[in-house]
Amino acid sequence: MRTITPEYRSESRRSRVRKKIFIVVSTFLCVFARAAELTTAPDSIEARAQGCSTCHGPHGEGGKDPYFPRIAGKPAGYLFNQLQNFRDGRRSYPPMNYLLAYLHDDYLMEFANYFAAQTIVEQPAGTTMTASGSAGGHLVMHGDATRGIPACILCHGPRLTGIQPGIPGLVGLNARYIAAQLVSWRVGTRHAAIPDCMHSVASRLTEADIDQVSAWLAAQPPPSPVEPAAAGTWKTPIACGSEP
Amino acid sequence: MKRIVLGAAMAVVATGILYPVSRVWSEQSTTVAATHAPDEPGMSRGEYLAHVGDCVACHSKQGGKPFAGGFAMPTPFGTLYSPNITPDDVTGIGQWTADEFYRMLHTGHSRDGTLLYPAMPFPAYTKVTREDCDAIFTYLRTLKPVSQPNRENELRFPYNNRSLMYGWRALYFTEGTFKPLLGQSAEFNRGAYLVQGLGHCASCHSTINALGGSSEDSAFAGGLIPLQNWYAPSLTSNQESGLGNWSVPDIAALLKGGTSMRGAVYGPMAEVTHDSLQYLTNEDATAIAVYLKSLVESKAAAAQQNEAGSPSAGLLSTGRSVYENRCVSCHRSDGKGMPPAYPPLAGNPSIEMESSVNPLRMVLNGGYPPQTSENPRPYGMPPFAQVLSDEEVAAVVTYIRLSWGNHGSVVTRREANAMRSAPLLD
Repeated sequence: MRTITPEYRSESRRSRVRKKIFIVVSTFLCVFARAAELTTAPDSIEARAQGCSTCHGPHGEGGKDPYFPRIAGKPAGYLFNQLQNFRDGRRSYPPMNYLLAYLHDDYLMEFANYFAAQTIVEQPAGTTMTASGSAGGHLVMHGDATRGIPACILCHGPRLTGIQPGIPGLVGLNARYIAAQLVSWRVGTRHAAIPDCMHSVASRLTEADIDQVSAWLAAQPPPSPVEPAAAGTWKTPIACGSEP
Repeated sequence: MKRIVLGAAMAVVATGILYPVSRVWSEQSTTVAATHAPDEPGMSRGEYLAHVGDCVACHSKQGGKPFAGGFAMPTPFGTLYSPNITPDDVTGIGQWTADEFYRMLHTGHSRDGTLLYPAMPFPAYTKVTREDCDAIFTYLRTLKPVSQPNRENELRFPYNNRSLMYGWRALYFTEGTFKPLLGQSAEFNRGAYLVQGLGHCASCHSTINALGGSSEDSAFAGGLIPLQNWYAPSLTSNQESGLGNWSVPDIAALLKGGTSMRGAVYGPMAEVTHDSLQYLTNEDATAIAVYLKSLVESKAAAAQQNEAGSPSAGLLSTGRSVYENRCVSCHRSDGKGMPPAYPPLAGNPSIEMESSVNPLRMVLNGGYPPQTSENPRPYGMPPFAQVLSDEEVAAVVTYIRLSWGNHGSVVTRREANAMRSAPLLD
């Protein structure tokens, strides 16, 4: 990016013209270079992760179909747990189970670190979350002690952006995706290491709870930045096998 | 391998496997091919051979203890469950003797005399030498015993009557240890021994008939693996596996590492490389490659080109446009790819062969080759099932089957659609 500085203003007109020519030529060269095809694959984790791109986007920013969640910027430990769960069948989604079947932990960790390190740009500015007038919002912010349902924010954080290393953010996701996960926890097509805390929580939710919570979460503008909080920022109230 | 074995199994009557070739040889000499030490230090010969035979693939279930069995093998005849082969006295093979184990592997009779279903590839394992069989048995005895009772098979009438196996065996089973072919190199014979015996390659790479057997003529002739909807290419036709045109190092690299300059393993073969072939010594991988290449060359004259048919202009132009949007950045506009990361499509028999099942499934499901010591960070292909319509899938597969001198045939929308429901899991 070019910034206007006093030095720049004092440059001669000729020098500026030369610069413009340079920019035009280099732009042309860039376009030309892009048109020429590679002959060897880039030796990078980014190139290797392109198997994920049609659903999750080239950098994990989420696909066009909102069902496929954003994975960029989620806690690396959480992503690793999910990759492992898909590979080992604790989490059932055949296209993912199939892709990961013969990959090992070291490589899955590399994928997890890659996507965790991708930052989301151009997130809308955050607004204060309120639970007013919404049953879904109330459950998220306060839970329901009479039914043994903890507030989501107790583990996923006051801004619902998650915490390192293993608890994901809940904002910036599609309602359909969130609802599908809650149902999966409940019916047992999504498992985590024992104690499987989300199975316990989701089992106490009704269909209506799931609809309302998912709709409310999906309606919240993601705060910026969307990164998970540092490990140890708060203490989680229930024991979860996937959170060390 | 589970998938593969499924195939084998499913075939329940998996295959009349390679007798043809072998029968000729069995009339020949006596000695058995040399043995090679495994590459990995600390691995016993028995463990190495158990890897080559891929015992663990069927004798373990997902999330279960290795070799403890319980793996479900759906077949057109019902579901079979693999037995526990850990040395547990009550539920495993703790009380078996080496003689009993050899009789099982060699003749297909279990310890109590029961006739095995050919989900257990004894028609191939019968080729295994007594010495190798004993080594595997010794290795299995070193495993930690797991107490896990075997699950009853769920075969439909009349297949649940094991005496039917007498008839099947008469048609499709020939007992006999491998006999090297005179006049061939030790390397060739070692490869033949592994391919026909422990490797049990013909369990998938042969045409399976309605009885779950295969005729001598179809040995290694390729075929659709029942229920899995993957096509195991012919190993004798250049049109399908194309191995006749491959170099021995490329074949060996594909089998052991999962990828090569000519292509990568995918579908059920990814599991075979991951669970079994990656443990091959370089010598054994080369021996197998030498033997496989010879299979093609001996029948090369039979190769013929597919009827191309004539795709509509619309189909081809849709195909080209999908290719340019989705495929070109890895497989390049000349179809040469960037091997070994991104396989070539031009001149790739997996793309051109008569059955369009595999290229359709690759486009729909994508895939990562297995992670192996030779290929520790594999590149992968994304699935496109969720972003392309049936018509687009058919169009792009037709396009790659007909471009760059490829001799494939036109693929229809209906064929593309049919593959959407193919199972992805074991």
